[in-house]
Amino acid sequence: MKISMGAVSFAVPIVAGVVLALIGHPAVQLPPPSAATSASSATAPATGFALKSVSVELPASDVVFPGGAKADAIAANCLSCHSAGMVLTQPDLTKAAWTGIVEKMIHAYKAPVAEADVAAIVDYFQETRGAK
Amino acid sequence: MLVSGAAWAQTPSAPATVDLPLPGGPDKRVITKAFPQKGPMILQRTRPPLLETPFEVFDRGVFTPNDAFYVRWHWAVIPTEIDVNTFRLSVRGHVDKELSLSLKEIVDGLPRVELAAVNQCSGNSRGFTEPRVAGAQWANGAMGNAKWMGVKLRDVLDRAGVKPGAVAVRFAGLDEPVVSDAPKFMKSLSLDHARDGEVMIAYAMNGEQLPLLNGFPLRLVVPGWYSTYWVKMLDRIEVLSAPDENFWTKNAYLIPDTPGADMKPGQAGVAMVPITKMVPRSFITNLRTSEPLKAGIKNLVRGIAFGGAAGVKSVELSTDGGATWLPTVLGRDEGKYSFRQWQAEVTPTVGDLALMVRCTNDDGLAQPMANNWNPSGFMHNGIETVRVKVV
Repeated sequence: MKISMGAVSFAVPIVAGVVLALIGHPAVQLPPPSAATSASSATAPATGFALKSVSVELPASDVVFPGGAKADAIAANCLSCHSAGMVLTQPDLTKAAWTGIVEKMIHAYKAPVAEADVAAIVDYFQETRGAK
Repeated sequence: MLVSGAAWAQTPSAPATVDLPLPGGPDKRVITKAFPQKGPMILQRTRPPLLETPFEVFDRGVFTPNDAFYVRWHWAVIPTEIDVNTFRLSVRGHVDKELSLSLKEIVDGLPRVELAAVNQCSGNSRGFTEPRVAGAQWANGAMGNAKWMGVKLRDVLDRAGVKPGAVAVRFAGLDEPVVSDAPKFMKSLSLDHARDGEVMIAYAMNGEQLPLLNGFPLRLVVPGWYSTYWVKMLDRIEVLSAPDENFWTKNAYLIPDTPGADMKPGQAGVAMVPITKMVPRSFITNLRTSEPLKAGIKNLVRGIAFGGAAGVKSVELSTDGGATWLPTVLGRDEGKYSFRQWQAEVTPTVGDLALMVRCTNDDGLAQPMANNWNPSGFMHNGIETVRVKVV
Protein backbone atom coordinates (compact mmCIF):
# COMPACT_ATOMS: atom_id res chain seq x y z
CA MET A 1 0.00 0.00 0.00
CA LYS A 2 1.27 3.37 -0.94
CA ILE A 3 -0.20 6.73 -0.20
CA SER A 4 1.36 9.64 -1.93
CA MET A 5 0.84 13.32 -1.55
CA GLY A 6 1.71 16.33 -3.58
CA ALA A 7 1.11 14.78 -6.97
CA VAL A 8 -2.24 16.47 -7.27
CA SER A 9 -2.48 20.19 -6.87
CA PHE A 10 -5.54 21.90 -5.50
CA ALA A 11 -4.24 25.19 -6.78
CA VAL A 12 -4.68 24.18 -10.40
CA PRO A 13 -8.16 22.77 -10.89
CA ILE A 14 -7.31 21.61 -14.41
CA VAL A 15 -4.71 19.20 -13.07
CA ALA A 16 -7.22 17.76 -10.62
CA GLY A 17 -9.68 17.46 -13.46
CA VAL A 18 -7.25 15.42 -15.53
CA VAL A 19 -6.53 13.08 -12.67
CA LEU A 20 -10.24 12.65 -12.06
CA ALA A 21 -10.87 11.93 -15.70
CA LEU A 22 -8.19 9.25 -15.63
CA ILE A 23 -9.90 7.37 -12.87
CA GLY A 24 -13.28 7.78 -14.45
CA HIS A 25 -14.83 9.93 -11.78
CA PRO A 26 -17.77 12.06 -12.87
CA ALA A 27 -17.08 15.69 -13.55
CA VAL A 28 -16.43 17.72 -10.47
CA GLN A 29 -18.34 20.89 -9.97
CA LEU A 30 -16.06 23.49 -8.48
CA PRO A 31 -17.20 25.46 -5.45
CA PRO A 32 -19.24 28.56 -6.24
CA PRO A 33 -17.06 31.63 -6.68
CA SER A 34 -16.74 33.38 -3.38
CA ALA A 35 -17.75 37.01 -3.03
CA ALA A 36 -14.62 37.78 -1.06
CA THR A 37 -11.15 36.38 -1.39
CA SER A 38 -10.28 36.96 2.24
CA ALA A 39 -10.48 33.84 4.32
CA SER A 40 -11.42 35.72 7.43
CA SER A 41 -14.22 38.05 8.33
CA ALA A 42 -13.63 41.40 6.69
CA THR A 43 -15.56 44.59 6.56
CA ALA A 44 -16.67 45.46 3.07
CA PRO A 45 -18.41 48.59 1.81
CA ALA A 46 -22.15 48.32 2.08
CA THR A 47 -23.23 48.45 -1.50
CA GLY A 48 -26.74 47.43 -2.39
CA PHE A 49 -27.66 43.94 -1.42
CA ALA A 50 -31.37 43.77 -2.08
CA LEU A 51 -33.58 41.32 -0.24
CA LYS A 52 -36.79 40.23 -1.92
CA SER A 53 -40.02 39.24 -0.21
CA VAL A 54 -40.74 35.54 -0.18
CA SER A 55 -43.96 33.58 -0.32
CA VAL A 56 -43.79 29.79 -0.38
CA GLU A 57 -45.91 26.76 0.32
CA LEU A 58 -44.78 23.94 2.53
CA PRO A 59 -45.93 20.46 1.57
CA ALA A 60 -48.23 18.40 3.76
CA SER A 61 -47.46 14.80 4.60
CA ASP A 62 -49.68 12.04 3.28
CA VAL A 63 -48.02 9.38 5.41
CA VAL A 64 -50.40 7.66 7.81
CA PHE A 65 -49.63 5.41 10.77
CA PRO A 66 -50.10 1.80 9.68
CA GLY A 67 -51.95 -0.64 11.90
CA GLY A 68 -55.60 0.25 11.54
CA ALA A 69 -57.45 0.82 14.80
CA LYS A 70 -54.29 0.25 16.81
CA ALA A 71 -53.02 3.56 15.40
CA ASP A 72 -56.10 5.56 16.39
CA ALA A 73 -54.61 6.91 19.60
CA ILE A 74 -51.29 8.00 18.10
CA ALA A 75 -53.01 9.50 15.06
CA ALA A 76 -55.46 11.44 17.23
CA ASN A 77 -52.87 12.82 19.64
CA CYS A 78 -49.54 13.22 17.86
CA LEU A 79 -50.12 14.53 14.34
CA SER A 80 -51.00 18.10 15.32
CA CYS A 81 -47.36 18.83 16.16
CA HIS A 82 -45.49 16.54 13.75
CA SER A 83 -46.05 14.29 10.77
CA ALA A 84 -46.00 10.51 11.09
CA GLY A 85 -42.58 10.24 9.45
CA MET A 86 -40.96 11.39 12.69
CA VAL A 87 -42.18 8.23 14.39
CA LEU A 88 -41.79 5.83 11.49
CA THR A 89 -38.08 6.62 11.05
CA GLN A 90 -37.26 5.88 14.69
CA PRO A 91 -35.18 2.83 15.63
CA ASP A 92 -36.45 0.01 17.81
CA LEU A 93 -36.38 1.12 21.45
CA THR A 94 -37.39 -0.45 24.76
CA LYS A 95 -40.82 0.07 26.26
CA ALA A 96 -39.19 2.14 29.02
CA ALA A 97 -37.61 4.39 26.40
CA TRP A 98 -40.89 4.81 24.53
CA THR A 99 -42.71 5.61 27.76
CA GLY A 100 -40.07 8.25 28.51
CA ILE A 101 -40.52 9.79 25.07
CA VAL A 102 -44.30 10.03 25.46
CA GLU A 103 -43.85 11.59 28.90
CA LYS A 104 -41.35 14.08 27.47
CA MET A 105 -43.78 15.09 24.73
CA ILE A 106 -46.50 15.68 27.33
CA HIS A 107 -44.49 17.41 30.05
CA ALA A 108 -41.65 19.20 28.25
CA TYR A 109 -43.37 19.97 24.96
CA LYS A 110 -46.93 20.28 26.33
CA ALA A 111 -48.44 17.83 23.87
CA PRO A 112 -52.17 17.70 24.66
CA VAL A 113 -52.32 13.92 24.89
CA ALA A 114 -55.42 12.46 26.53
CA GLU A 115 -54.38 10.59 29.67
CA ALA A 116 -56.52 7.64 28.60
CA ASP A 117 -54.56 7.34 25.34
CA VAL A 118 -51.04 7.21 26.80
CA ALA A 119 -51.03 3.44 27.25
CA ALA A 120 -52.33 2.84 23.72
CA ILE A 121 -49.63 5.10 22.26
CA VAL A 122 -46.87 3.33 24.19
CA ASP A 123 -48.31 -0.02 23.10
CA TYR A 124 -48.24 1.12 19.48
CA PHE A 125 -44.57 2.05 19.77
CA GLN A 126 -43.82 -1.21 21.49
CA GLU A 127 -45.51 -3.15 18.71
CA THR A 128 -44.11 -1.23 15.73
CA ARG A 129 -40.74 -0.05 17.07
CA GLY A 130 -40.15 -2.16 20.17
CA ALA A 131 -36.65 -3.46 20.84
CA LYS A 132 -36.66 -7.16 20.07
CA MET B 1 -20.62 3.12 6.40
CA LEU B 2 -20.75 5.28 3.37
CA VAL B 3 -23.85 7.28 2.72
CA SER B 4 -22.54 8.44 -0.60
CA GLY B 5 -22.53 4.83 -1.69
CA ALA B 6 -26.23 4.42 -1.02
CA ALA B 7 -28.16 3.35 -4.05
CA TRP B 8 -30.93 5.50 -5.47
CA ALA B 9 -33.87 3.59 -6.80
CA GLN B 10 -36.53 5.09 -8.98
CA THR B 11 -39.54 3.61 -10.71
CA PRO B 12 -42.29 5.54 -12.45
CA SER B 13 -44.81 4.71 -9.74
CA ALA B 14 -42.69 5.08 -6.63
CA PRO B 15 -40.78 8.09 -5.33
CA ALA B 16 -36.99 7.98 -5.40
CA THR B 17 -35.59 6.64 -2.20
CA VAL B 18 -32.23 6.31 -0.54
CA ASP B 19 -31.06 3.68 1.92
CA LEU B 20 -29.20 5.23 4.82
CA PRO B 21 -26.97 2.56 6.36
CA LEU B 22 -28.31 3.04 9.90
CA PRO B 23 -27.60 0.05 12.15
CA GLY B 24 -30.84 -1.85 12.65
CA GLY B 25 -32.82 0.54 10.40
CA PRO B 26 -35.27 1.73 9.41
CA ASP B 27 -33.03 2.82 6.57
CA LYS B 28 -35.29 3.83 3.70
CA ARG B 29 -35.98 7.53 3.09
CA VAL B 30 -37.77 9.33 0.29
CA ILE B 31 -35.81 11.77 -1.83
CA THR B 32 -38.12 14.77 -1.94
CA LYS B 33 -38.26 17.71 -4.31
CA ALA B 34 -41.42 19.09 -2.70
CA PHE B 35 -39.86 21.80 -0.55
CA PRO B 36 -39.58 25.41 -1.70
CA GLN B 37 -36.16 26.70 -2.78
CA LYS B 38 -34.76 23.18 -2.38
CA GLY B 39 -33.57 20.58 -4.84
CA PRO B 40 -33.59 16.85 -4.04
CA MET B 41 -33.33 16.33 -0.30
CA ILE B 42 -33.51 13.30 1.99
CA LEU B 43 -36.88 13.50 3.71
CA GLN B 44 -36.51 12.83 7.42
CA ARG B 45 -39.76 14.55 8.41
CA THR B 46 -42.30 16.60 6.47
CA ARG B 47 -43.72 18.74 9.27
CA PRO B 48 -41.95 20.53 10.77
CA PRO B 49 -39.36 19.94 8.06
CA LEU B 50 -36.25 17.86 8.63
CA LEU B 51 -34.39 17.65 5.31
CA GLU B 52 -30.98 16.05 4.99
CA THR B 53 -28.35 16.95 2.41
CA PRO B 54 -27.63 14.00 0.08
CA PHE B 55 -24.04 13.05 0.87
CA GLU B 56 -22.75 13.24 -2.70
CA VAL B 57 -23.26 17.02 -2.53
CA PHE B 58 -20.24 17.24 -0.22
CA ASP B 59 -17.96 15.98 -3.00
CA ARG B 60 -18.76 18.95 -5.22
CA GLY B 61 -16.86 21.60 -3.28
CA VAL B 62 -16.43 23.13 0.14
CA PHE B 63 -19.53 25.32 -0.05
CA THR B 64 -22.87 23.59 0.24
CA PRO B 65 -25.36 25.01 -2.29
CA ASN B 66 -28.32 26.79 -0.72
CA ASP B 67 -30.81 24.53 -2.45
CA ALA B 68 -29.10 21.48 -0.97
CA PHE B 69 -28.42 22.87 2.52
CA TYR B 70 -30.03 20.77 5.26
CA VAL B 71 -33.11 21.98 7.10
CA ARG B 72 -34.18 21.49 10.69
CA TRP B 73 -37.14 23.09 12.51
CA HIS B 74 -38.42 22.40 16.01
CA TRP B 75 -41.97 23.77 15.79
CA ALA B 76 -44.51 23.49 13.00
CA VAL B 77 -45.83 27.06 12.90
CA ILE B 78 -43.43 28.54 10.36
CA PRO B 79 -44.36 31.70 8.45
CA THR B 80 -44.48 31.04 4.72
CA GLU B 81 -44.62 34.69 3.71
CA ILE B 82 -42.03 37.27 4.67
CA ASP B 83 -42.43 40.87 3.53
CA VAL B 84 -39.03 42.51 3.49
CA ASN B 85 -40.59 45.96 3.87
CA THR B 86 -42.47 45.24 7.09
CA PHE B 87 -40.10 42.78 8.76
CA ARG B 88 -38.44 44.18 11.88
CA LEU B 89 -35.67 42.92 14.16
CA SER B 90 -36.24 44.09 17.72
CA VAL B 91 -33.55 44.58 20.34
CA ARG B 92 -34.95 44.85 23.84
CA GLY B 93 -34.21 44.19 27.48
CA HIS B 94 -31.21 45.49 29.39
CA VAL B 95 -30.32 48.19 26.85
CA ASP B 96 -30.19 51.99 26.79
CA LYS B 97 -32.41 52.26 23.74
CA GLU B 98 -34.77 49.62 22.37
CA LEU B 99 -34.47 49.12 18.63
CA SER B 100 -36.82 48.02 15.88
CA LEU B 101 -34.62 47.67 12.81
CA SER B 102 -35.83 47.30 9.25
CA LEU B 103 -33.93 45.04 6.88
CA LYS B 104 -32.79 48.12 4.96
CA GLU B 105 -31.36 49.63 8.12
CA ILE B 106 -29.46 46.40 8.78
CA VAL B 107 -28.23 45.80 5.24
CA ASP B 108 -27.39 49.40 4.31
CA GLY B 109 -26.81 50.94 7.73
CA LEU B 110 -24.25 48.68 9.35
CA PRO B 111 -20.79 47.48 8.26
CA ARG B 112 -20.96 44.28 6.23
CA VAL B 113 -18.94 41.20 7.19
CA GLU B 114 -18.40 37.86 5.52
CA LEU B 115 -17.33 34.56 7.00
CA ALA B 116 -17.21 30.96 5.81
CA ALA B 117 -18.58 28.69 8.51
CA VAL B 118 -19.91 25.19 8.96
CA ASN B 119 -23.42 24.87 10.31
CA GLN B 120 -23.94 21.44 11.85
CA CYS B 121 -26.88 20.04 13.78
CA SER B 122 -25.99 18.90 17.30
CA GLY B 123 -27.47 15.55 16.35
CA ASN B 124 -25.83 15.13 12.95
CA SER B 125 -25.09 11.40 12.45
CA ARG B 126 -27.39 10.46 15.36
CA GLY B 127 -28.64 7.51 13.32
CA PHE B 128 -25.22 5.86 13.68
CA THR B 129 -25.26 6.07 17.50
CA GLU B 130 -25.16 2.60 19.06
CA PRO B 131 -27.14 1.65 21.01
CA ARG B 132 -29.62 3.71 19.01
CA VAL B 133 -31.34 6.72 20.54
CA ALA B 134 -34.54 8.62 19.71
CA GLY B 135 -34.57 11.82 17.69
CA ALA B 136 -34.12 12.82 14.07
CA GLN B 137 -32.38 9.81 12.52
CA TRP B 138 -29.80 11.72 10.51
CA ALA B 139 -26.99 10.10 8.60
CA ASN B 140 -24.04 12.48 7.99
CA GLY B 141 -25.91 15.15 6.04
CA ALA B 142 -27.22 17.43 8.78
CA MET B 143 -24.35 19.80 8.11
CA GLY B 144 -23.36 22.36 5.53
CA ASN B 145 -20.82 25.08 4.87
CA ALA B 146 -21.66 28.52 3.52
CA LYS B 147 -20.11 31.93 3.04
CA TRP B 148 -22.30 33.96 5.36
CA MET B 149 -22.76 37.68 4.81
CA GLY B 150 -24.32 40.03 7.30
CA VAL B 151 -23.52 42.32 10.21
CA LYS B 152 -21.73 41.79 13.48
CA LEU B 153 -24.07 41.12 16.37
CA ARG B 154 -21.79 43.41 18.38
CA ASP B 155 -22.56 46.34 16.08
CA VAL B 156 -26.30 45.84 16.61
CA LEU B 157 -25.88 45.54 20.37
CA ASP B 158 -23.70 48.65 20.46
CA ARG B 159 -26.36 50.59 18.59
CA ALA B 160 -28.85 49.68 21.34
CA GLY B 161 -26.29 50.25 24.08
CA VAL B 162 -25.89 47.33 26.49
CA LYS B 163 -26.44 48.45 30.08
CA PRO B 164 -23.99 47.54 32.85
CA GLY B 165 -25.06 44.33 34.56
CA ALA B 166 -26.10 42.52 31.39
CA VAL B 167 -24.92 38.90 31.35
CA ALA B 168 -26.51 37.18 28.36
CA VAL B 169 -28.27 37.77 25.07
CA ARG B 170 -31.28 35.71 24.01
CA PHE B 171 -32.42 35.11 20.46
CA ALA B 172 -35.76 34.02 19.00
CA GLY B 173 -37.37 33.85 15.60
CA LEU B 174 -40.74 33.94 13.89
CA ASP B 175 -41.48 30.23 14.32
CA GLU B 176 -44.00 29.28 17.00
CA PRO B 177 -45.10 26.08 18.71
CA VAL B 178 -48.43 24.58 17.69
CA VAL B 179 -49.50 24.34 21.33
CA SER B 180 -49.65 27.76 22.92
CA ASP B 181 -48.13 26.84 26.28
CA ALA B 182 -45.26 24.89 24.74
CA PRO B 183 -41.83 26.52 25.10
CA LYS B 184 -41.05 28.89 22.24
CA PHE B 185 -37.69 28.11 20.67
CA MET B 186 -35.06 30.49 22.06
CA LYS B 187 -31.33 30.25 22.66
CA SER B 188 -28.90 32.52 24.39
CA LEU B 189 -25.21 33.29 24.46
CA SER B 190 -23.13 34.91 27.19
CA LEU B 191 -22.74 38.65 26.66
CA ASP B 192 -19.01 38.25 26.04
CA HIS B 193 -19.62 35.65 23.35
CA ALA B 194 -22.36 37.75 21.77
CA ARG B 195 -19.96 40.71 21.61
CA ASP B 196 -16.90 38.79 20.36
CA GLY B 197 -17.10 40.31 16.88
CA GLU B 198 -17.46 36.91 15.21
CA VAL B 199 -21.09 36.16 15.99
CA MET B 200 -23.09 37.67 13.18
CA ILE B 201 -26.59 38.27 11.92
CA ALA B 202 -26.59 36.91 8.38
CA TYR B 203 -28.86 38.09 5.57
CA ALA B 204 -27.10 36.12 2.83
CA MET B 205 -25.47 32.76 2.34
CA ASN B 206 -23.28 31.93 -0.65
CA GLY B 207 -24.06 35.34 -2.13
CA GLU B 208 -27.85 35.03 -2.08
CA GLN B 209 -30.61 35.68 0.39
CA LEU B 210 -31.29 32.71 2.65
CA PRO B 211 -33.85 30.12 1.58
CA LEU B 212 -36.90 30.55 3.79
CA LEU B 213 -36.31 27.13 5.34
CA ASN B 214 -32.76 28.13 6.29
CA GLY B 215 -34.02 31.17 8.17
CA PHE B 216 -34.89 33.97 5.76
CA PRO B 217 -34.53 36.87 6.19
CA LEU B 218 -32.07 36.83 9.11
CA ARG B 219 -30.18 34.08 10.84
CA LEU B 220 -27.77 34.16 13.73
CA VAL B 221 -24.35 32.73 12.82
CA VAL B 222 -22.31 31.41 15.74
CA PRO B 223 -19.02 30.25 14.18
CA GLY B 224 -17.65 27.02 15.61
CA TRP B 225 -20.76 26.30 17.67
CA TYR B 226 -23.51 23.79 16.93
CA SER B 227 -26.46 24.92 14.88
CA THR B 228 -28.90 24.98 17.78
CA TYR B 229 -27.55 28.47 18.51
CA TRP B 230 -27.95 29.67 14.91
CA VAL B 231 -31.50 30.96 15.41
CA LYS B 232 -33.46 31.12 12.15
CA MET B 233 -35.91 33.87 11.08
CA LEU B 234 -34.31 35.90 13.85
CA ASP B 235 -36.66 38.74 14.80
CA ARG B 236 -36.00 39.41 18.48
CA ILE B 237 -32.89 39.93 20.54
CA GLU B 238 -33.20 40.31 24.27
CA VAL B 239 -30.35 41.48 26.50
CA LEU B 240 -30.68 39.73 29.87
CA SER B 241 -29.50 40.89 33.30
CA ALA B 242 -29.76 37.35 34.71
CA PRO B 243 -28.84 33.95 33.29
CA ASP B 244 -31.33 32.54 30.77
CA GLU B 245 -33.67 30.04 32.42
CA ASN B 246 -35.72 29.21 29.32
CA PHE B 247 -36.33 25.55 28.48
CA TRP B 248 -34.24 25.41 25.31
CA THR B 249 -31.18 26.92 26.96
CA LYS B 250 -31.42 25.29 30.37
CA ASN B 251 -33.09 21.92 29.80
CA ALA B 252 -32.61 20.99 26.15
CA TYR B 253 -29.50 20.33 24.06
CA LEU B 254 -27.58 18.98 27.06
CA ILE B 255 -24.53 16.72 26.83
CA PRO B 256 -22.63 14.83 29.50
CA ASP B 257 -19.91 17.01 31.02
CA THR B 258 -17.26 14.44 30.05
CA PRO B 259 -14.48 14.32 27.43
CA GLY B 260 -16.11 13.94 24.02
CA ALA B 261 -19.60 14.07 25.60
CA ASP B 262 -19.23 10.34 26.14
CA MET B 263 -20.92 8.17 28.75
CA LYS B 264 -22.22 4.64 29.13
CA PRO B 265 -25.84 3.84 28.35
CA GLY B 266 -27.73 3.90 31.62
CA GLN B 267 -24.83 5.44 33.54
CA ALA B 268 -26.20 7.34 36.55
CA GLY B 269 -25.07 10.58 38.13
CA VAL B 270 -23.53 12.17 35.04
CA ALA B 271 -23.54 15.97 35.15
CA MET B 272 -25.20 17.46 32.06
CA VAL B 273 -24.23 20.79 30.47
CA PRO B 274 -25.35 22.69 27.34
CA ILE B 275 -23.69 21.65 24.09
CA THR B 276 -21.43 24.43 22.75
CA LYS B 277 -18.38 24.10 20.50
CA MET B 278 -18.15 21.72 17.59
CA VAL B 279 -15.41 19.10 17.40
CA PRO B 280 -13.35 18.03 14.36
CA ARG B 281 -14.74 15.73 11.69
CA SER B 282 -13.62 14.43 8.32
CA PHE B 283 -15.21 12.44 5.52
CA ILE B 284 -14.24 10.64 2.35
CA THR B 285 -16.59 11.98 -0.32
CA ASN B 286 -15.50 10.50 -3.65
CA LEU B 287 -15.60 6.74 -3.04
CA ARG B 288 -18.62 4.50 -3.26
CA THR B 289 -18.76 1.03 -1.80
CA SER B 290 -20.29 -0.14 -5.07
CA GLU B 291 -17.35 1.16 -7.13
CA PRO B 292 -14.13 -0.83 -6.60
CA LEU B 293 -10.68 0.76 -6.72
CA LYS B 294 -8.08 -0.45 -9.18
CA ALA B 295 -5.11 -2.39 -7.84
CA GLY B 296 -1.56 -1.30 -8.59
CA ILE B 297 -2.33 2.21 -9.80
CA LYS B 298 -2.86 5.51 -8.05
CA ASN B 299 -6.45 6.06 -6.93
CA LEU B 300 -7.52 9.53 -5.83
CA VAL B 301 -9.17 9.70 -2.42
CA ARG B 302 -10.77 13.00 -1.60
CA GLY B 303 -13.02 14.50 1.01
CA ILE B 304 -13.84 17.31 3.37
CA ALA B 305 -12.89 18.09 6.93
CA PHE B 306 -13.60 20.74 9.48
CA GLY B 307 -11.95 21.56 12.77
CA GLY B 308 -15.04 22.54 14.73
CA ALA B 309 -14.17 25.53 16.89
CA ALA B 310 -10.64 25.78 15.40
CA GLY B 311 -9.12 25.41 11.96
CA VAL B 312 -8.05 22.18 10.29
CA LYS B 313 -4.44 21.43 11.19
CA SER B 314 -4.18 18.11 9.39
CA VAL B 315 -6.15 15.33 7.79
CA GLU B 316 -4.62 11.88 7.78
CA LEU B 317 -5.52 8.63 6.10
CA SER B 318 -5.03 5.09 7.37
CA THR B 319 -5.30 1.87 5.39
CA ASP B 320 -4.28 -0.45 8.22
CA GLY B 321 -7.06 0.00 10.74
CA GLY B 322 -5.53 3.06 12.35
CA ALA B 323 -2.11 1.56 13.14
CA THR B 324 -0.34 4.10 10.94
CA TRP B 325 -1.49 7.43 9.55
CA LEU B 326 -0.29 9.18 6.45
CA PRO B 327 -0.68 12.84 5.58
CA THR B 328 -3.04 14.20 2.94
CA VAL B 329 -2.85 17.43 0.98
CA LEU B 330 -5.18 20.16 2.19
CA GLY B 331 -7.11 22.33 -0.25
CA ARG B 332 -7.59 26.08 -0.19
CA ASP B 333 -8.11 27.59 3.25
CA GLU B 334 -11.47 29.40 3.28
CA GLY B 335 -11.16 30.25 6.97
CA LYS B 336 -10.89 28.35 10.19
CA TYR B 337 -14.62 27.65 10.53
CA SER B 338 -15.05 26.36 6.97
CA PHE B 339 -15.01 22.93 5.42
CA ARG B 340 -11.62 22.22 3.92
CA GLN B 341 -11.00 19.80 1.11
CA TRP B 342 -8.25 17.21 1.39
CA GLN B 343 -6.96 14.59 -0.98
CA ALA B 344 -4.42 11.83 -1.33
CA GLU B 345 -3.58 9.03 -3.72
CA VAL B 346 -3.54 5.39 -2.73
CA THR B 347 -2.01 2.53 -4.68
CA PRO B 348 -3.73 -0.50 -3.20
CA THR B 349 -3.30 -4.24 -3.71
CA VAL B 350 -6.15 -6.59 -4.60
CA GLY B 351 -8.56 -7.35 -1.77
CA ASP B 352 -10.70 -5.56 0.75
CA LEU B 353 -9.61 -2.06 1.71
CA ALA B 354 -10.77 -0.07 4.71
CA LEU B 355 -9.89 3.61 4.47
CA MET B 356 -10.01 5.66 7.65
CA VAL B 357 -9.78 9.43 7.80
CA ARG B 358 -8.89 11.58 10.81
CA CYS B 359 -8.91 15.34 11.28
CA THR B 360 -6.87 17.15 13.92
CA ASN B 361 -7.71 20.79 14.57
CA ASP B 362 -5.46 23.74 15.41
CA ASP B 363 -6.18 23.23 19.12
CA GLY B 364 -4.61 19.77 18.81
CA LEU B 365 -7.98 18.03 19.16
CA ALA B 366 -8.21 14.90 17.01
CA GLN B 367 -11.17 12.71 16.14
CA PRO B 368 -11.42 9.65 18.42
CA MET B 369 -11.32 6.09 17.06
CA ALA B 370 -14.61 5.18 18.71
CA ASN B 371 -17.85 7.11 18.57
CA ASN B 372 -19.26 8.57 21.75
CA TRP B 373 -22.61 7.70 23.28
CA ASN B 374 -25.05 9.97 25.08
CA PRO B 375 -28.84 9.83 25.39
CA SER B 376 -29.43 12.46 22.69
CA GLY B 377 -26.86 11.26 20.17
CA PHE B 378 -25.08 14.62 20.19
CA MET B 379 -21.51 15.50 19.14
CA HIS B 380 -20.87 12.38 17.08
CA ASN B 381 -17.35 12.63 15.61
CA GLY B 382 -15.61 9.27 15.58
CA ILE B 383 -13.20 8.46 12.76
CA GLU B 384 -15.11 7.42 9.64
CA THR B 385 -14.24 4.23 7.77
CA VAL B 386 -15.06 3.52 4.15
CA ARG B 387 -14.77 -0.08 2.93
CA VAL B 388 -14.14 -0.72 -0.75
CA LYS B 389 -13.06 -3.63 -2.92
CA VAL B 390 -9.80 -3.42 -4.84
CA VAL B 391 -9.73 -5.36 -8.10
